[in-house]
Amino acid sequence: MAQCQLAFDFRFYDFQTKNMKLTLKIWRQKNAAAEGKIVEYPIDHIEPDMSFLEMLDILNDELIMKGDEPVAFDHDCREGICGMCSLYINGEAHGPDRGVTTCQLHMRMFKDGDTIFIEPFRAKAFPVIKDLVVDRSSFDRIQHAGGFISVNTSGNTIDANTIPVNKKDADDAFDAAACIGCGACVATCKNSSAMLFVAAKVSQYALLPQGRIEATDRVLNMVSQMDAEGFGNCTNTGACEVECPKGISLENIARMNREYMSASLKG
Amino acid sequence: MAKSALLKSSIAKKVAMALSGLFLMLFLAQHFFINMTSVFNSDTFNSISHFMGNNPLVQYVIQPILVLGVIFHFTMGIVLEFKNNSARPISYAKNNGAANSSWASRNMIISGAVVLAFILLHFYDFWIPEMVYKYVDVNPLNETRYFSELVHKFESPVRTAIYCVSFLLLSLHLWHGFNSSFQSVGFNNKYSRSLHKLGYTFAIVVPFGFIFIALFHHFNH
Amino acid sequence: MALDSKIPSGPISDKWTNYKDHINLVNPANKRNLDIIIVGTGLAGGSAAATLAELGYNVKAFCFQDSPRRAHSIAAQGGINAAKNYQGDGDSTFRLFYDTVKGGDYRAREANVHRLAEVSSNIIDQCVAQGVPLAREYGGLLDNRSFGGTLVSRTFYAKGQTGQQLLLGAYSAMNRQIGRGKIKMYNRHEMLDLVIVNGKARGIIARNLVTGEIERHSAHAVVIASGGYGNVFFLSTNAMGSNATAAWKIHKKGAFFANPCYTQIHPTCIPVSGDHQSKLTLMSESLRNDGRIWVPAKLEDAKAIREGKKKPTDLSEAERDYYLERRYPAFGNLVPRDIASRAAKERCDAGFGVNKTGEAVYLDFAAAIQRYGVDQARIKHLDEKDTALVIKLGTEVVANKYGNLFQMYEKIVDENPYSTPMMIYPAVHYTMGGTWVDYNLQTTIPGCFSIGESNFSDHGANRLGASALMQGLADGYFVLPYTIGDYLSPDIKMGAISTDLPEFAAAEKAVKDQIERFMNNKGTHSVDYFHKKLGKIMWDKVGMARNAKGLNEAIVEIAALREEFYNEVKVPGDANGLNQELEKATRVADFLELGELFAKDALHRNESCGGHFREEYQTEEGEAQRDDENFAYVAAWEYTGKPSEAVLHKEPLVFDNVKLVQRSYK
Repeated sequence: MAQCQLAFDFRFYDFQTKNMKLTLKIWRQKNAAAEGKIVEYPIDHIEPDMSFLEMLDILNDELIMKGDEPVAFDHDCREGICGMCSLYINGEAHGPDRGVTTCQLHMRMFKDGDTIFIEPFRAKAFPVIKDLVVDRSSFDRIQHAGGFISVNTSGNTIDANTIPVNKKDADDAFDAAACIGCGACVATCKNSSAMLFVAAKVSQYALLPQGRIEATDRVLNMVSQMDAEGFGNCTNTGACEVECPKGISLENIARMNREYMSASLKG
Repeated sequence: MAKSALLKSSIAKKVAMALSGLFLMLFLAQHFFINMTSVFNSDTFNSISHFMGNNPLVQYVIQPILVLGVIFHFTMGIVLEFKNNSARPISYAKNNGAANSSWASRNMIISGAVVLAFILLHFYDFWIPEMVYKYVDVNPLNETRYFSELVHKFESPVRTAIYCVSFLLLSLHLWHGFNSSFQSVGFNNKYSRSLHKLGYTFAIVVPFGFIFIALFHHFNH
Repeated sequence: MALDSKIPSGPISDKWTNYKDHINLVNPANKRNLDIIIVGTGLAGGSAAATLAELGYNVKAFCFQDSPRRAHSIAAQGGINAAKNYQGDGDSTFRLFYDTVKGGDYRAREANVHRLAEVSSNIIDQCVAQGVPLAREYGGLLDNRSFGGTLVSRTFYAKGQTGQQLLLGAYSAMNRQIGRGKIKMYNRHEMLDLVIVNGKARGIIARNLVTGEIERHSAHAVVIASGGYGNVFFLSTNAMGSNATAAWKIHKKGAFFANPCYTQIHPTCIPVSGDHQSKLTLMSESLRNDGRIWVPAKLEDAKAIREGKKKPTDLSEAERDYYLERRYPAFGNLVPRDIASRAAKERCDAGFGVNKTGEAVYLDFAAAIQRYGVDQARIKHLDEKDTALVIKLGTEVVANKYGNLFQMYEKIVDENPYSTPMMIYPAVHYTMGGTWVDYNLQTTIPGCFSIGESNFSDHGANRLGASALMQGLADGYFVLPYTIGDYLSPDIKMGAISTDLPEFAAAEKAVKDQIERFMNNKGTHSVDYFHKKLGKIMWDKVGMARNAKGLNEAIVEIAALREEFYNEVKVPGDANGLNQELEKATRVADFLELGELFAKDALHRNESCGGHFREEYQTEEGEAQRDDENFAYVAAWEYTGKPSEAVLHKEPLVFDNVKLVQRSYK
């Protein structure tokens, strides 16, 4: 195996593996100001058991050894929970598999001889930093505008069991809170809309009694910040729900629309 | 929150789009029922048409609202389309939209534009002559002209074909638009599944009904 | 320098209250004149940043990720312990304290652990008030589950994503303060050195990972909350970016490093599948409640399975060795993590491993499916002799309990764990060791604090499940905000600290020199090459079972590897912009030093305790043999220029409230 001569042979396995040969078409861009373009890279000896990012690790090792710059891409936990990895793979956010992030996508989803397009998440509100790395701080700023319950830390907050919460509401709030903030919803939306992301946060708090107190200001402020960041408008194509690695439901968007309209009438 | 901010917000626009769409669908439904009578009974058709064309409430209240509704819906649609396009300055080299959404939902601007073109044609073809007939030339009332005019319209195979194609695209527009408008106004609950079926039924029955009416008159007269 | 742990006097249950009643406070008007730097935004750093900002301090928070929400606390699955006793099953502050000290194999500081148990209830109150959606029962009250090593149900949870929800709670509290301007957030920034002025920590040097700029940041105190150092093994359940740089840099500037050899190897992880492996994925410990662990009883069967000639389901009951049930009849598959891990390694080393790499054992749910299936058939009055029906019903029960984990396994391994046994193997998970801190969570550098996993913590030699989240939030929400105020009270009139001081310039120069050295090195191997090599040395010789010979070899090999690294590493690109290889290089450079100290610590501790197992010190049955007479102390190492020449300082551990006994699970 080519990469074995390059990379340290970790455990000296002596088993046969199925190898795949692929053509990668990757967006390369030196920095935010530079022009970018798609560059083609052939790659060989890819095993079906590898994760997609491990495949990119191998490509990068080869590039480093050849004296080229490796492809920059965001990743961290590599178990589908931190939301750091992104990538638009063959026209889909997080690639062709469902309910997974890119780090959980495995090469067995592809076949020998495939051509794979790898592009950054694209939106005006997600400017490219380098290659496949984008700046998603617009999501943080939306949260700064109201993604919290205003409660100070003290040893004397009321006992956790003082306010019972209907189990269904608690479960729905959890499902909304499962959002990992990866931005696949924006990347996949034809309008680059962030409605699913914002709706998930608004819903989590709107469903819990402790979040109701600030519900009016929260939804108005978060939507206003969302609009200011330059995301597009939702046209209910439903693509975000399909591509969301955590299965956040469109119901949350409907809930936010209700919350927003009633908050506007009140506020 | 200031009212101006509300008017500018993405969600308010989306709700306005949905409400105007819902209103237009109501109009479409009544238009469909009236036209359908032409297949069964020319007299009924004539009398309802006469009522719609001469009742002051319809003519001076509902008709302007309808015109404004149409103008608002398509103006807003175009504005939103431009804004949404600008939210992604660089598009993907490869995008597989079909993997996660329907063609109809992704191409409302295309189906909408065709429907708009048809509406303009309809204005040119029917509404403007009507207005001229009634309010410029001030012709005497004729309670039986409507059916023969309708039949006359569908004599031309070209016009009938344009009519049919337009309604096919209207069907696609409604296929997404009906359910989308309910989602936009915040209706998504345990009844949504049934409502979706109703929406798809509406999106098929009404446009294909119009097509049936056109073909019926084209081939029967 | 003698270690002063500054434990308050008095009975253990009154220490924290008395302490809080007598410390110096800073008035609100003065807090706004004080700056605090926090490095790391996980549970500890995030909660500390939010709380200190609420109190009125100016907080500057740093994380290397693109958002504080992505810190690796987010990956914690199981839950968080708290002595609420909502279940009325006899839990109390003392019991949580006792279980934690015992679970840590009597190598933790009593006073700290008791304080942890005391504030545990406040954590749950605080998180619920913030809107963290913890699991609830139908009556609307909070639900609990039981976890390994305890006899009560005290674990609060949010499905399998408790860490995520708690972190998002802390992140939301931070967001509120960022919005108010009280926290200045520095995303995609990495701390590369500590600045000490007149003997006190007064700032850091950080690299802006996007622009490559080396920045100076000053503050009246610096808090390190950068997590553990499990990635010294290359493969671990830590995130790819998890690193020890912040903790190691303060060590090199004078903070003692305590008990580096205490590392938790978690028994239920998905095995390595090949050379390409970049990280390991944990499967929740809860699986051991229903899964039975086994390997083939005969070597030839194991060989046949490895070669793909036999399937696990081909083996009859008699041909299987349920080794945990055989060795530990009382606890069976539910022995603590350290014991389960070592037993798996023992079988695989003996040649009984079952995957192509020979490093995996089976975790089999067939018996559970059968048992639940029969139960369900009886409940539903169906035919319990109908095998297919029983399997179907049983599978449904198992899917309800562990569905998401099974799905995750199937995505990674491409095998259906309902029909063929899962394969698991131990992996590095958590580091109990870390920077030494006193009762105030202050390191041996005045003004430099260390919280969460990055300090040597409250877990002793082994951490119980659901205790890491508790400790991170306890430190950040409820402990540090008091202790740091006491430290800062004399500085109220000091004013902002200038970054033009020569100490900043010197630290900045050292950082720039190191980066320049990497960029100009005409090496032949990538950073990962060295990291993998280090990982292999660590895993083979400083891993689950250690001996003096291997440890001595490891110390020499790591030092040699470090030299090779500096000569042969190749860092492409340039330093003035995003350069992920450069980021890795600075991190691996520190791991290459830390690994050596790790091995030295393991070599000096001539006993086995918790996660530290020395082959020379075991009972006749192969169990860990503690030496309380000689090793009931914290080993705090002082840096003197080379990790292998670090000087040992001992903090004796005094147990007034817990009786030391040998752990037994037979």
